[in-house]
Amino acid sequence: MNTSLLKKLAVATLLAGTFFTAQAALKVGDTLPDLASFQLDGKLPDALKGKVVVVDFWASWCLPCAKSFPVLDELQKKYGDKLVILAVNVDEKAANMEKFLAKHAVSFTVVRDAQQKLVAAAEPQTMPTSFILDGEGKVRFLHSGFHGEDTRKEYVSEIESLLK
Amino acid sequence: MKTQALFLLAATLLMTITGCANVKPWQREHLADYTMRADRDPLGTAQVEHIWFSREEANGGRGVGGGGCGCN
Repeated sequence: MNTSLLKKLAVATLLAGTFFTAQAALKVGDTLPDLASFQLDGKLPDALKGKVVVVDFWASWCLPCAKSFPVLDELQKKYGDKLVILAVNVDEKAANMEKFLAKHAVSFTVVRDAQQKLVAAAEPQTMPTSFILDGEGKVRFLHSGFHGEDTRKEYVSEIESLLK
Repeated sequence: MKTQALFLLAATLLMTITGCANVKPWQREHLADYTMRADRDPLGTAQVEHIWFSREEANGGRGVGGGGCGCN
């Protein structure tokens, strides 16, 4: 019996499985891709180089996202120009985002990833997920979810370590 | 031999084509909707709970006092 064909098929199946489930998730140490190439709705901040950047993926239907917004807003006000918070909305409908923002007014930049291209490239594992980048655009810290005061404290210590 | 290979190929195709859909975290808008909650109707939930613990006898009352005798 020719088992080599069966073996080849098994290997091909395994390889195909690996290929289709392979994740290109953005992780600590990676560089954030060029945001201009993702056709995001909304105005991107002028210059990110040299600044600490928090890229936060959120949606209007995500309750922890709503809890994280006042904290992110507080951080933006506290660190001013030294910190750029870029909240990337992944809602399917812009109206849902606008309704949310009317209820949770914030001072940081909010853009919408209408085509869900950036979020697909970053592959966050939970909502919200935030990536803290250093002045060179490299991901230095990653937060999955928002856990109230614990996350706030982590944000503060991580941002301050990057501002030094 | 050929039959086995074909069978394997068909089985592989069947598994991959009919496999579970992987919903990404940012695509859960509809799953996160309030209407997707099983307990969205308090009265309905209370009735279902009552019937459940009345019929399941010794299983207890799902957090409600009583041994499931149906007398609550």
